[in-house]
Amino acid sequence: MEALIPLFVAIPLIAAFLIVVFGKLFKGFHRFLAPLTLLILLCMAVFEFTGLGENSIPYAMGGWIGKEGLPLGIYLVLDGFSVLMLCIINLIGLIALFYSLSYIAKYTAENNYYALFCLIIAGMNGVVLSGDLFNLFVFLEVSVISSYALVAFGVGKTELEASFKYQVLGGLASMLILLAIGLIYWQTKTLNIADIRKVFEGGYSASFYLFVQVLLIAGFGLKAAIIPFHAWLPDAHSSAPSPISAMLSGVLIKAVGIYVLIRLFFNMFVFSQEIALVLTTLGAISMVVGSLLAIVQWDLKRLLAYSSISQVGYVVMAMGMGILLLLRGNNEAAAILAIGGALYHMINHAVFKGLLFLNAGSLEHRLDTRNLREMGGLSKAMPITSTTSFMASMSISGLPPFNGFFSKLIIIIAAINGRFYLLATLAVIVSIITLAYFLKFQRYAFYNKAAETATQKIKEVPFPMSFSMIFLAALCLALSLLAIPSVSETILSPAIDALIQPEIYSTTILGL
Amino acid sequence: MIVYILCFILFLVGLYGVITRRNLIKIAISLSIMEFSIFLILVLIGYIENGLAPIVDASGSAQIYVDPLPQAMVLTAIVIGLATTAMLMAIAIRLYRKYKTFDIREIKNLRG
Repeated sequence: MEALIPLFVAIPLIAAFLIVVFGKLFKGFHRFLAPLTLLILLCMAVFEFTGLGENSIPYAMGGWIGKEGLPLGIYLVLDGFSVLMLCIINLIGLIALFYSLSYIAKYTAENNYYALFCLIIAGMNGVVLSGDLFNLFVFLEVSVISSYALVAFGVGKTELEASFKYQVLGGLASMLILLAIGLIYWQTKTLNIADIRKVFEGGYSASFYLFVQVLLIAGFGLKAAIIPFHAWLPDAHSSAPSPISAMLSGVLIKAVGIYVLIRLFFNMFVFSQEIALVLTTLGAISMVVGSLLAIVQWDLKRLLAYSSISQVGYVVMAMGMGILLLLRGNNEAAAILAIGGALYHMINHAVFKGLLFLNAGSLEHRLDTRNLREMGGLSKAMPITSTTSFMASMSISGLPPFNGFFSKLIIIIAAINGRFYLLATLAVIVSIITLAYFLKFQRYAFYNKAAETATQKIKEVPFPMSFSMIFLAALCLALSLLAIPSVSETILSPAIDALIQPEIYSTTILGL
Repeated sequence: MIVYILCFILFLVGLYGVITRRNLIKIAISLSIMEFSIFLILVLIGYIENGLAPIVDASGSAQIYVDPLPQAMVLTAIVIGLATTAMLMAIAIRLYRKYKTFDIREIKNLRG
């Protein structure tokens, strides 16, 4: 179990190296190796998930085991929350990669694509596993730099422009994060997340603490595209090749943005009222504004990108609400409900937003356009794309029996239980707006009868693409089962426990 | 104290450049300036008054050493900075080939 932990980073790194070196020599080498890598990683993640339970397992890199509660080297930590993220990352990665097998054939330099894909996975797995702040920053840069390259992969005018914008803002975010890490090291003289918590629990200067937290919210908020920091996301996510858009929107903004924010604010900092309010407000604002911006878009992938901002807002808002409720102390059941809802919505969003971007990719693959006005009447010509995108749209807008309904319902119930009536109302209204713009997508892309004659020649997409879409659509239905208490107890509860009981996290690591 | 203020001024110089310059290359240079001001702050964090280079030899153990960890961090961060700058430059050159200009006022396909 423990020996597997570093392999989550090492295997994709080695695969990326091998693909670059041997990809040109043997034809089809990268098409075989990259999916195999992801399949192995997924099996490992599921294996760890089944064996882990409520424990958290630290792994000391290079055998540098700490003494007397003082950590020496870098730790990788596997706990309920990170193993959940590992499963999502590698699952969506495998599906997107399988989809790429036929989608990416139209580009040149195919082997570079697969190598960068493996690097992005390595970086994200590292971020999720790392128990050390600076190490986390390094893995974050690995995944983000490969995503810069992947956004520009089409080397057209818009792709390059989007990538430049993304890099300037991403560079700014990285600097803010690095500055915050430096300042934390200055005050605490340690970089281990668990150890930093121990120091903070012993007391801290309030102004310094607030400053570092604001820096981290700005830095990781830029990576996660919460509303005042969102300017790069619609460009970058709509310009990237579609399987990469699915990875960026579905997984990357969560792994390097939301995951780190949650991990740091639950397990490193001591909760504070102000920051919880800031998180809740930012989440609510991005939820509302993201959906309002999405409704006016005619470019399909831009619409999906703005809707990502809005859905990520739900997750951040529910997390902030969870912290506020925990601080209040008298309603822990509602707090657990809010945090569980946030995690559930995060998993769901990875699945249905990944699926929607794959649908957009299929439409673009057959029609060579992303403009909704130029589509229409495709429901007969592309039945699989049409059906799966209908399921995903209903799921994201929160209609039963799809998974999105249950996660939104849980968040709204938690808000009402915690007496956040305004937030509950906003969540319902945004859900209705979401339904509106996804009905617009459905109508203009698939059911506009007028254009039907012109689209007779269009055929359904090839097998790898349609299989990936069907798989994710089935997952949309299957994840509804997480709403059943006994199922969510085995899957979500370890993650929630890891978050709300930070003492356990720090004692297992420091007690090495 | 004056050193920290100078670092902060350097950071602001870089930020000013990123916001006001219209040339892709100048934006990239400004980003690098900001990055290096943060590296300077990181090195300063590890500095201890009258400290020596942290190389422990057999003879003496009573000396004061500077903190070596921020130095290792800065070395790593410089390598990362190199990668980002190289990536930024590659994109800027590809943009120049498409548009025949470095001026961001003429590179604006994406809006809304």
